[in-house]
Amino acid sequence: MINELFANIDWADIGTATLDTLSMLGGSLLFTLVLGLPLGILLFLTGKRQLLEQPLVYNLLSFLVNVLRSVPFVILLIIMIPFTVLITGTSLGVAGAIPPLVVGATPFFARLVETALREVDRGIIEATQAMGATTGQIVMKALLPEAMPGILAAITVTAITLVSYAAMSGVIGGGGLGDLAIRFGYQRFQTDVMVVTVVLLLILVQILQMVGDKLVQHFSRR
Amino acid sequence: MIVLENLSKAYRVNGREIPALKRIDLTIAAGEIFGIIGHSGAGKSTLIRLINQLERPSGGRVLIDEVDMTELSSDGLRKARQKIGMIFQHFNLLMSKTVAQNIAFPLEVAGAEPASIAPRVNELLALVGLTEHANKYPSQLSGGQKQRVGIARALANNPKLLLCDEATSALDPQTTASVLQLLLEINQKLQLTIVLITHEMNVIRTICDRVAVIDGGEIVEMGPVSRVFLHPQHPTTRRFVYESEHIDENHEADDFAHVPGKIVRLTYLGEATYQSHLSSLAREYEVDFSILAGRIERIKHTPCGQLTLALQGPKVALMLQQLAHEGIEIEELRA
Repeated sequence: MINELFANIDWADIGTATLDTLSMLGGSLLFTLVLGLPLGILLFLTGKRQLLEQPLVYNLLSFLVNVLRSVPFVILLIIMIPFTVLITGTSLGVAGAIPPLVVGATPFFARLVETALREVDRGIIEATQAMGATTGQIVMKALLPEAMPGILAAITVTAITLVSYAAMSGVIGGGGLGDLAIRFGYQRFQTDVMVVTVVLLLILVQILQMVGDKLVQHFSRR
Repeated sequence: MIVLENLSKAYRVNGREIPALKRIDLTIAAGEIFGIIGHSGAGKSTLIRLINQLERPSGGRVLIDEVDMTELSSDGLRKARQKIGMIFQHFNLLMSKTVAQNIAFPLEVAGAEPASIAPRVNELLALVGLTEHANKYPSQLSGGQKQRVGIARALANNPKLLLCDEATSALDPQTTASVLQLLLEINQKLQLTIVLITHEMNVIRTICDRVAVIDGGEIVEMGPVSRVFLHPQHPTTRRFVYESEHIDENHEADDFAHVPGKIVRLTYLGEATYQSHLSSLAREYEVDFSILAGRIERIKHTPCGQLTLALQGPKVALMLQQLAHEGIEIEELRA
């Protein structure tokens, strides 16, 4: 019965694809955090009436972020191909998908970090300034811990966005569940493959959201 | 200890200069509790932030122990700020850190020996009476407890100066009283200079030695609290004093119109408050008096009183002379 319903499914392929999706997610999330967190902090600090107010730097960064965010991800995938080859040697598979994923998600994450930092009460920054803290100390010891719930929520949203971006990278042969869905589910009309991949993605997103919410809750002290 | 010289501050809003403070001159002595009172928007919170340079002045100097704060390098300013504590209306505690971690924060900022931090934190917790709350988060504390954490945090690096920015304005009257009591204690115990801003005359009267009244970016009246409180000169000061005393000047004038005789206001300060000069002299000079208004209270530790009397009798002038001789101040409100 089950075998009839899922006649076209090669479970080994599904397993590989799931692992590929997970490694794309893990790899791109890691680089997105490493690049996006400092960018978000810089956006915040150089912003209007902030610690290192620099209108020129802020406007430049902000413009760059907006440009990258306004490019539809499918287009970004294609534009990025030459750069991706330059960095990883291939534009295919997991390695080929990670650079466009990082470039697509970093500006998004940086904006979320900026917003989370702005949520921190200005009075707290003033109090730490009054204690004679350096900007570095204020960021590391006060701002980031205070904004931790917001940043964790931002990571959750970014991770979920990356899941859907990673699926989209199937268009350029990025591998993973999205690739499977496009090649088998869409191009070969194998609806059962489509259903299974979508259900797996759904489960993945559910898990990410649940873990993220738990972490946010754990770090909230309000 | 603190000298503000010709200090001014203007904000640029849409290309226009809006003056917030105009040529402030002020000297605050070491060990003093100095109050600055004003309505919101008068410039008092700008003034207190100029002292530790959270706001940069447009002109003038800020001298603390002869060091000009306006000329310090950013590094020098940070070092100087570590020796100036500050507490805030909304406490501004780190929500993500426990009480003990909040108090340890300025010590870490100042680069204290890690091993010396915990004992110092315990000392400060004991000083403000929060020892059993060390591991709680600020959101689990009441307003008064939060301000005590703020005070402990401000004192962590043994400052010589404490700035209080509306420190009791978000607290209920009872909690305000206990926080003021704590400030008074640390002022005496640690020989700490305290500068506070407030819009409550009650705060000034309870703990301040001297007061400056600020209005429209200028100091309109300044002096020992007892003088400013008992003989307010400037209209703004009178409003603050009368508000806190529930005195209505218009009603008072109406009342005076109904009574015959000479109307005077007597002001007692110190021991004279408790002595029976008035009744004994009234008997001696055969003067009749009726009390139109009066208040007896304490300004910091000094008892004082003020009575408005209507006096009748042939020897009123002599009696008043004698009262003045006993050290009671006399103002003639109506001949």
